[in-house]
Amino acid sequence: MTKRLIHGVFAVLLGLISGTASAGEVKFGVAEALTGAAAKYGVMIRNGFVLAAEEINAAGGVQGKNIMLVIEDEQGKKEEAINVFKKFIFKDKVLGIFGPTLSNSAFAADPFANHAKVVVFGTSNTASGITDMGPWTFRNSIMEADVLPVTLREAVKKFAIKKVAVLYGNDDAFTKSGYDVFKIALDAQAIPVTSTETFAKGDVDFRAQLTKIKAQNPDAIVCSALAEEAANMILQARQLGIGVPFIGGNGFNSPKLFDIAGAAADRTIMGGPWSSEDQRPKNKAFIAAYIKKFGAEPDQFAAQAYDALCIVAEALKKTKLTGNLEKDRQGLRDELPNVRVEGATGPFCFRKAPPKPGIETGYDAEQQAHVFIAKGGKFVSLD
Amino acid sequence: MFGQQVANAIALGSVYALFALGFTLVFGVLEVINLSHGAVFMLGAYAALVLVAKTNVGIWLALPIAMLGSGILGLVIDQVMLKPLRARRAHHLMPMIATIGAAIFLTNVAQGLFGAEVLRFPPGTIPELSFQVGEVHVTALQLSIVLLSLSLMAGLVLVLKRTRLGKAVRAVAESPQTAHLLGVNVEVVFALVCFTAAAFGGGAGVLIGLSFNAIFPFMGQPLLPKGVAAIILGGMGDVRGAMVGGLFLGIVEVMSVAYLSSDYRDAVAFGLLFVILLIRPSGLFGQVVERKA
Repeated sequence: MTKRLIHGVFAVLLGLISGTASAGEVKFGVAEALTGAAAKYGVMIRNGFVLAAEEINAAGGVQGKNIMLVIEDEQGKKEEAINVFKKFIFKDKVLGIFGPTLSNSAFAADPFANHAKVVVFGTSNTASGITDMGPWTFRNSIMEADVLPVTLREAVKKFAIKKVAVLYGNDDAFTKSGYDVFKIALDAQAIPVTSTETFAKGDVDFRAQLTKIKAQNPDAIVCSALAEEAANMILQARQLGIGVPFIGGNGFNSPKLFDIAGAAADRTIMGGPWSSEDQRPKNKAFIAAYIKKFGAEPDQFAAQAYDALCIVAEALKKTKLTGNLEKDRQGLRDELPNVRVEGATGPFCFRKAPPKPGIETGYDAEQQAHVFIAKGGKFVSLD
Repeated sequence: MFGQQVANAIALGSVYALFALGFTLVFGVLEVINLSHGAVFMLGAYAALVLVAKTNVGIWLALPIAMLGSGILGLVIDQVMLKPLRARRAHHLMPMIATIGAAIFLTNVAQGLFGAEVLRFPPGTIPELSFQVGEVHVTALQLSIVLLSLSLMAGLVLVLKRTRLGKAVRAVAESPQTAHLLGVNVEVVFALVCFTAAAFGGGAGVLIGLSFNAIFPFMGQPLLPKGVAAIILGGMGDVRGAMVGGLFLGIVEVMSVAYLSSDYRDAVAFGLLFVILLIRPSGLFGQVVERKA
């Protein structure tokens, strides 16, 4: 209750700072995990939205109206995400909804938005199938299927990789689907695989697989594993005298990798949607503004949220706002697919998700991934 | 590659053996499949981790303290859960189910205290030495696990065969009633065995936590089926059997990854186990069963 109150006050304050009357504003719901295990993402996402709203309103808002954010904590839980979505749609009567933080919650809550014909815009949902939930579903979070091929291509170029070994967990949905994407990318880029090895959840000794891999002399090890498993693999590989780079997915993007593997994690390559070292002016401005406002470094989640509100603001410029909620929601939905902007994460546009029998799909992100390499305990740009 | 895989196999097998030693001891004497062994093993690792990370205790002191703590925990499990069941002459499956309960409880406690994330000993807890002989790389830790499990096994065998205490333990293993009639304090033997087995388990947790950098609440779980397999293969309740069974399992797993496919690692290992039991139902060192007959 108190939390809700605080967020309400926060939203009102935001409106006051921007100096708006309640008539001249467009309202958006932000449903993110602000408490619980996913809060480390949710709080960064909220910050990104707050920063973007402030900047847009300071620059005169959209069509003379200020953007007002109603921020609610969905706690990273499916049930709570559904509750918050219902509140946004029926009580707050928002024009569109951002969130929820986790793909798992999105699968539960997004159908409500689609049913009520309200835009639902995910900034951190990377699971495949999110945009199969209906034509009102949008996201600017790029999927592993878009990131991994770029990671692979850049790594191959950088290290003159001719052949790779593959190592993945075959009894876990996340690591298995990562492997499937890698396999498609390896086939598409015609990179020979010396051997494909598997491990099981809970395994801690990977030396047998690594020794086998070593005997075939690959130029890199492509690896679909959780950060903790990967860290252990990398450590054991280095102990066995294997020096080649490891190539992984966004799952590697965790401080755990360095906590466990330490300096051995160097030369590990992975891809992601945003880079703190991207020197393009939009990104430099975003980072400077974020640090000024929050006194801390932004991350990919803040950057994607910031971009998401800018994308919606761009669409709103061209949407005819009638004051009729139903028509305006429809208008926003129809304008969004045409948006082309450059944000903190780089140039962006939407891509209609591949058609599925019986359902009209939503829109995925069409965007170039950034590729990183581990150096001295953190990920830096590959080039 | 073959030499390296042999080294990998012996190292992995010793891990299984180390885990199985305490397991088999409890089974041999109490005739209980102690499924809380994995949780005690896990808490041993956490205990040493807390000592090393939060206080300035070195690992060489943290290891015995963690073993002592685990031993006491084993004792508590025996006194609180197994002893009342013994007193009521419960069916022999009941203590096993009770130990599952203990395992769940302890795992939840660890999750509450430390969270579900994977932790490791701070880098530099032990000197990160490794040796290279020809093509074969081994770490000092792997060597110490092999040596430690061998010497623990040898020590246990010596105590059991050569001392009065060992004689008492063997007498209880054969028949608690007869041992009692002969003046052996059966409850003391049970308590001692539970303490020793749990201390071994906790020590194994510390060493495996050190060598694989993966301390988490469920770290004992994947080892339980391997531990059961090792003691069945070796001959239930036989200390040398646990060692041989553990090594055998390690060798089969590593070699099936090396020369067949990692997809079928566990299928090959447990399939072979089944075949061996068809040929030799009492296991490789099956005296316990034969003695009972």
